[in-house]
Amino acid sequence: MTLLQLSDVTMRFGGLVAVNELDLTLEPGQLYGLIGPNGAGKTTVFNVITGVYRPTSGEIRFKDHSIVGERSGKITRRGIARTFQNIRLFGEMTVLENVKVASHCRQTADLASAVFRTPAHHTEEERVDRQSRELLEIFHLQAFADEKAKNLPYGSQRRLEIARAMATLPRLLLLDEPAAGMNPHEAHQLMDLIRWVRDHFEMAILLVEHNMKVVMGVCETVHVLDYGATIAVGPPAEIQKNPKVIEAYLGGA
Amino acid sequence: MKALVRAVVVVVVLVLLNALFTGGLIPDFSISPYFLQILSLAGINIILAVSLNLINGFTGQFSIGHAGFMAIGAYVSSFMSITFGDRIRASMAFAPESVRNSALLLVVLAAGAACAAIAGFLVGVPSLRLRGDYLAIVTLGFGEIIRVFILNIDAVGGARGLGGMPRLANFFWIYLFAAATIAVVTRIVNSSFGRTLIAIREDEIAAEAMGVNTTRHKVISFVVSSAMAGVAGGLFAHYLMYIHTNSFTFIRSFEIIIMIVIGGLGSITGSVLGAVLYITLTEGLRGFAQYRMLLFSLLLIVIMIVRPGGILGHRELRDFFSRRRRVAAATPPVVSG
Repeated sequence: MTLLQLSDVTMRFGGLVAVNELDLTLEPGQLYGLIGPNGAGKTTVFNVITGVYRPTSGEIRFKDHSIVGERSGKITRRGIARTFQNIRLFGEMTVLENVKVASHCRQTADLASAVFRTPAHHTEEERVDRQSRELLEIFHLQAFADEKAKNLPYGSQRRLEIARAMATLPRLLLLDEPAAGMNPHEAHQLMDLIRWVRDHFEMAILLVEHNMKVVMGVCETVHVLDYGATIAVGPPAEIQKNPKVIEAYLGGA
Repeated sequence: MKALVRAVVVVVVLVLLNALFTGGLIPDFSISPYFLQILSLAGINIILAVSLNLINGFTGQFSIGHAGFMAIGAYVSSFMSITFGDRIRASMAFAPESVRNSALLLVVLAAGAACAAIAGFLVGVPSLRLRGDYLAIVTLGFGEIIRVFILNIDAVGGARGLGGMPRLANFFWIYLFAAATIAVVTRIVNSSFGRTLIAIREDEIAAEAMGVNTTRHKVISFVVSSAMAGVAGGLFAHYLMYIHTNSFTFIRSFEIIIMIVIGGLGSITGSVLGAVLYITLTEGLRGFAQYRMLLFSLLLIVIMIVRPGGILGHRELRDFFSRRRRVAAATPPVVSG
């Protein structure tokens, strides 16, 4: 069964066509890379999938449900989580709390149980605490658990963004330039982490990234956008030799 | 169980304090009625400040319409106790006078809180789509609309004001509700739901992306806050036994905002401190007559320069006492990878 299907998706901002008749298919467990020169519309694709923008036309189906026009929160609860290109952590909250917020959408807790402190409330709080700490350990963040998120080093903030997205228990994870600002060593560790997350949690990952080493290293399929339109889809080895891709990146002769 | 014990302790302490202040505990000792009134009004301010902090400080939605919801609570509960008070009391003829009065107070406060909550819902749904300055302006407008609306209802006195309700509230009731407000807000803030509110304050887009229905949570927090303001209004009315729409202008809303800003947005103990400090300063400076507001503004400016985040900032009073432990915990070993 196809996990995510975009058919004929177009996103216009006034006269600008940011995404042009895009078709994209993701299978469960797939590692899919989305690349393209600056301004090619990669982040717009993310925003359209996650409901930040409503596409001008076209259809988006996730697990055979149309998700066009739904709120981002609802789409996340359906099983699509994302990270942000410019880190958007809850800065004043601790690392642990950041992860706990994301697991709220999988909890039954409500206002009444919080005010009356029912036994169910306590059980659930303990469970969430344990699971959140486990998640922090996976991402090597347990030492920072009680530190404010804004005080973390840059690379750790990136990892926390992924950990937080994982806490919503997604089937599909969208990573928006996770390697931005990382040194080669950190980028290499990130590649291992991405592969490990996919294998361990059996989820599909859609990756937008400028670091070609990362994209070509982890992705099974690479999708190249230019001016909002698809110019090539295929395995990394093919994409690297594709003349249209080379032209888009380096300019025509 | 622990909570029940704590509640009983609070009630007993308040009963004793109430008796002490009014001369019922030690013969020939009571505090002056003036001081008792200041204390009681401070309690009402605590309810208002702590409840406004839920929406302004924790959820990060800058609302300046709190006085409007207080007015609804005051007028609805007063109208209830004037119109149906005798009937409600007569229906419990078997009970002693004090029990009947207490029951009546609870009934009219509940009615006032419910109406304030409904108004909070009606105002919150459209206006919480806005952010920052826009939300502030819209809530300011709604607060004034509520006031002018009441001013033009002749059944509740209109421009003459409304009097004639029984004196049902006293020091005990006011501080009981203040304690309840603090307990409820503390529990909300320290829960999973409360974490989503703080997340909305920190980054609304990220909160929504983490699966939080941000609109719904903002509206819930606004409704809870409005209901608490309604209770404060009802207590205010049944303590002073006369209300006028002039008590609920936007100046009142600003007073509450000043309290939470000097105490620290996002700090419950800070709001309590701010409310007490505000009333202490405004009353304490009465001796300076016409220079009072001048001095008061100066003090506010000094506080804002020295501590821009409010006296307690985001933290609670308790955090300052356990500071050493927190600093120790805040330096984790260097971890790579």
